Amino acid sequence: MLLLQGNEACVEGALAAGLDFYAGYPITPSTEIAELLAAKLPRQGGSFIQMEDEISAMAAVIGASLTGAKTMTATSGPGFSLKQENLGYAMYTETPCVVVNVQRGGPSTGQPTMPSQGDVMQARWGTHGDHPVIALSPSSVEETFWLTIRAMNLSEKYRTPVILLMDEVVGHMRERIEIPQDIGEVINRKKPTGDPKDYLPFKPDADLVPPMASFGEGYRFHVTGLTHDESGFPSGSNKITGELIQRLHDKIDRNYADIVQVETEHMEDAEIAVVAYGSTARSASRAVKQAREQGIKAGLFRPITIWPFPAQELKSCLAGLKHVVVAEMNLGQLILEVERQVAGAVSVGGIMRADGELITPAQILAYLQEVK
Amino acid sequence: MKRSEIRLSGSGGQGIILAGIILAEAALLEGKNAVQSQSYGPEARGGASKSEVIISSESVDYPKVTDPSLVLALTSEAYTKYARGCSAGVVVLVDDSVNTLLDEGVLSLPIIRTAREELGRPIVANIVALGAINGVAKLVAPESLEKAVLNRVPKGTEDLNRKALHLGYKLIAESNS
Repeated sequence: MLLLQGNEACVEGALAAGLDFYAGYPITPSTEIAELLAAKLPRQGGSFIQMEDEISAMAAVIGASLTGAKTMTATSGPGFSLKQENLGYAMYTETPCVVVNVQRGGPSTGQPTMPSQGDVMQARWGTHGDHPVIALSPSSVEETFWLTIRAMNLSEKYRTPVILLMDEVVGHMRERIEIPQDIGEVINRKKPTGDPKDYLPFKPDADLVPPMASFGEGYRFHVTGLTHDESGFPSGSNKITGELIQRLHDKIDRNYADIVQVETEHMEDAEIAVVAYGSTARSASRAVKQAREQGIKAGLFRPITIWPFPAQELKSCLAGLKHVVVAEMNLGQLILEVERQVAGAVSVGGIMRADGELITPAQILAYLQEVK
Repeated sequence: MKRSEIRLSGSGGQGIILAGIILAEAALLEGKNAVQSQSYGPEARGGASKSEVIISSESVDYPKVTDPSLVLALTSEAYTKYARGCSAGVVVLVDDSVNTLLDEGVLSLPIIRTAREELGRPIVANIVALGAINGVAKLVAPESLEKAVLNRVPKGTEDLNRKALHLGYKLIAESNS
């Protein structure tokens, strides 16, 4: 049993999941991740490199992953912006990696030491073009440990970058955590088994994921950010373009049930659902408990997977609901998705805050008392 | 034991965050739940620094302090920002170097002076403060706090820190007599 910060738990999770390579550029409030990995990763036989900026750190992570390494980088809002172009490159070249964003106040350099949840839509749409994305959001130190492992597993399983969307509160707070010896399944990317001369690095199996050779293993492997055919070389074909974009979406969409996780509290007979994620869900959990004590039938719906958005789970809770309220540390981001998903079925409101303070249980409780 | 909320404040570099960590770890040693969090400005030294600890026998959901039972301030700036205006019933401890107008009932103690003059090491003022806090609020057993302190401090400084802790308790005992 230990008292650890969320950032420290992220490091422990990454090491447990078999991280081989970390490249980063320090930025508050994520710096502890780089600091600790600089000390710990080399001792586990891995490599740590501090790059000249976030752009090159993202590039280094992609390059290392192509050689077979399990990779991660961590940053906060301004650095997350800089990583976006290469994040798209990782997505399009199907290069596994984990990108941690410990959200702070923005825009721009903003409030380095204060929390926000202002990067929810940047996680979804920050890089250009049509692309799917996986983003996970932990609410506690212990969950940060487990979701870091899960992020690495999902990225290896689906050959895709995965975003761990933390916030400053979870990153910096310390709480009790038990780190078990056995962390369960650790997934490693699927490797090609056939004759190297027949290898097509972007030819998917039935699960839509192509087996991935490592550079230097004897397989011919060309990687480009241009639209490519199964050989990995650029293609100008409209058919291949459409099929590739579609497959990349299908690869995530068809595995929705494996990727999406939510947690609910008191939703069975709830009339008002509070949708909250990350540290805000802790405030919501308390407010829901207090509301129940006052006879208000409130429940908590907590997306653990933010993207893809847990639409099916939310829709399955709608019967009996009179109102849905989204609590988030921004002026309205995930609420847009909630509104889209429940359109017309139930009214949706927001509890929003962008002043660098965590939304309080009292703020949520007052809202619940008003709408009950 | 239901939720106890403690706020420790001072200037960056005074070891306020470490003091919070030690207090939380002492609670964990007793099988309780504890959450420690902090807020600070972009600067590495100076500026007002705040470290909050919540101790509870139940799980801790909302991790911030809104209803403290004890507030410590080691500097005037920290007192003004984090300790002034607490409701009656909240124990407020300040270092006696705090030279701003104090609310009624605030307990002023020579925490930094004790570390400097009796131990020759102002750096252990945070540990003196921990002794004083636990002396007045009895948050954890003295043995748990001592163990948590010794788990965290550098090797070779155990005696110094043990003395600092005991001098903190003594400040409270003397203020009561």
